[in-house]
Amino acid sequence: MSETEAVKAGLEATFPQLAASVRIQRERRVWVDVPQESFPQVFEHLVKTMGFSTLCTITGLDVGADLEFIYHLAKDGGVMVNLKTRCPKGRSIRTVTPFFTGASIYERELEDLLGARVEGLPPGPRYPLPDEWPTDQHPLLKDWKPAGAPAAAAAPDAAAPAPQGETKT
Amino acid sequence: MSDIEHIVQIPVGPQHPALKEPESFMIDLRGEKIDAVRMRFGYNHRGIEKGCEQRSYTQDLYLVERICGICSYSHSTAFVQAVEEIAGLEVPRRALYIRTLVAELERVHSHLLWLGVAGHEIGFDTLLMYTWRDRELVMILLAQLTGNRVNYGLNTLGGVRRDITSEQLPSILKVVDSLEERTKYYIELAQTEETLRQRLANVGKLSKEDALALGAVGPTARASGVDRDTRRDDPYGAYRDVSFKVVTDNHCDVYGRTVVRLGELMEAYSIIRQLVKNMPDGPILVKAPRRIPEGEAVSRYEAPRGEDVHYVRANGTEKPERVKVRAPTLANTQAVAKMLEDGYLADLPIVIAAIDPCFSCTDRMIGINDHGSGPRRVMSWEELSRYGVDFYRRKGIDPSRITLRGGSAA
Repeated sequence: MSETEAVKAGLEATFPQLAASVRIQRERRVWVDVPQESFPQVFEHLVKTMGFSTLCTITGLDVGADLEFIYHLAKDGGVMVNLKTRCPKGRSIRTVTPFFTGASIYERELEDLLGARVEGLPPGPRYPLPDEWPTDQHPLLKDWKPAGAPAAAAAPDAAAPAPQGETKT
Repeated sequence: MSDIEHIVQIPVGPQHPALKEPESFMIDLRGEKIDAVRMRFGYNHRGIEKGCEQRSYTQDLYLVERICGICSYSHSTAFVQAVEEIAGLEVPRRALYIRTLVAELERVHSHLLWLGVAGHEIGFDTLLMYTWRDRELVMILLAQLTGNRVNYGLNTLGGVRRDITSEQLPSILKVVDSLEERTKYYIELAQTEETLRQRLANVGKLSKEDALALGAVGPTARASGVDRDTRRDDPYGAYRDVSFKVVTDNHCDVYGRTVVRLGELMEAYSIIRQLVKNMPDGPILVKAPRRIPEGEAVSRYEAPRGEDVHYVRANGTEKPERVKVRAPTLANTQAVAKMLEDGYLADLPIVIAAIDPCFSCTDRMIGINDHGSGPRRVMSWEELSRYGVDFYRRKGIDPSRITLRGGSAA
């Protein structure tokens, strides 16, 4: 059994309910879909028990009513698990900074660019948008459009979606 | 003595002579020592990820190449690999060899550039002059092979746009031979020059545990004993076909980061020689569809500064649904605060420079409008180079008369 298959088998053995949602796309690339409720257990198991000691980054996507988050976890030897979970817009996800201190910058990026709400994220400056950028304007949302010239994009009356809740600054 | 602790706050950045790019460090200073650092980034945010969603895959290739002015090829390759995985494209072996060759040449120019910057930050400007003069060899070679000194525009979906001719291969080896001699001299310098060693040792300490917890990557992590390199761990391009050593060091300081980069230069020369020797024949490109089928992929790439991660989701159209980029510097900035803590304020420039944050590079041609009404003319690279040399020669400085130890650079 290759290491990639061992990771898949290890996940399925601990979380039988995930059997249908673990797939190997190619060597060293495992993709897993988990519901928001079981995300903390699966994440902790991967990090603490299965040796996924690197969080490469977190990708956020606007998929309509929900935001999708992909946690790109890697371990020595090159296998990467891409852990996907969804959360309705306006609801909060838990921070992963207790596991990876360095994750704060990735989570702040989710807050700024997608309007995600991350519970438990230690206070700090926003990233990457400027301090004067309106807190209800999240450029990576699909229906967000810059209103003409780049300077106008920051204006409060720019064509933009309804606020997704307050973003921490 | 007062029991009130005196803390002085010093803002460094976003625009500051000690920094090569905009970023902000708010320093709490206790005497000469740094008590705490608060960082603010994002001054270079240009909305490239959003921009990618509004352009075709081919246009995106050129856009992501402009994320960085030094490791432009890293972003271009990381992106193209992800799209090729989604589209199921089998890239020809010769194209993979050419990509890997250019990737290692880019590492050589980037590491030599860093060595010069590091020299400059510690007041050793002779090292800057030496290394940047040597670096010209690889810059000129890259221009000959790809047409550009940076932003090569070499990658395309399914392969590369330019072949390397059999006549060009010996010129690559000649440059590598020359640079290897020079690098051996720099290694000797790092080992024997006591002022250099003492200036860099115990500066910007980062333990292995902190490097792992803060997610440090590349030479920054490897100099703290973290044995990770995407080229070996998650091989792409032609790295499966070449043998090389992952250089690590246990100094955990700026000196260690210097040792690792010098070692990586030597490994890069070896990789380049193997690629030139075993360069397979055959096509350099397979035809790629304009519409990329639905799917997603994560591509990892060992850029000169560390792992570069690109995520792409395709929705079956000509434009991607989402492109996410994690450049190595973002991963390493988290470690910088740790490195600065309890260090001296005067070490701040070299500690920040030691993670090798990205900054821009110049183009090879410039347009000149003569004073008055003369027509606009364009200077070729050769003319520009000659102009620069003549400019200094008129001031009494003749670089061609300088001889260097360990073989001539020019």
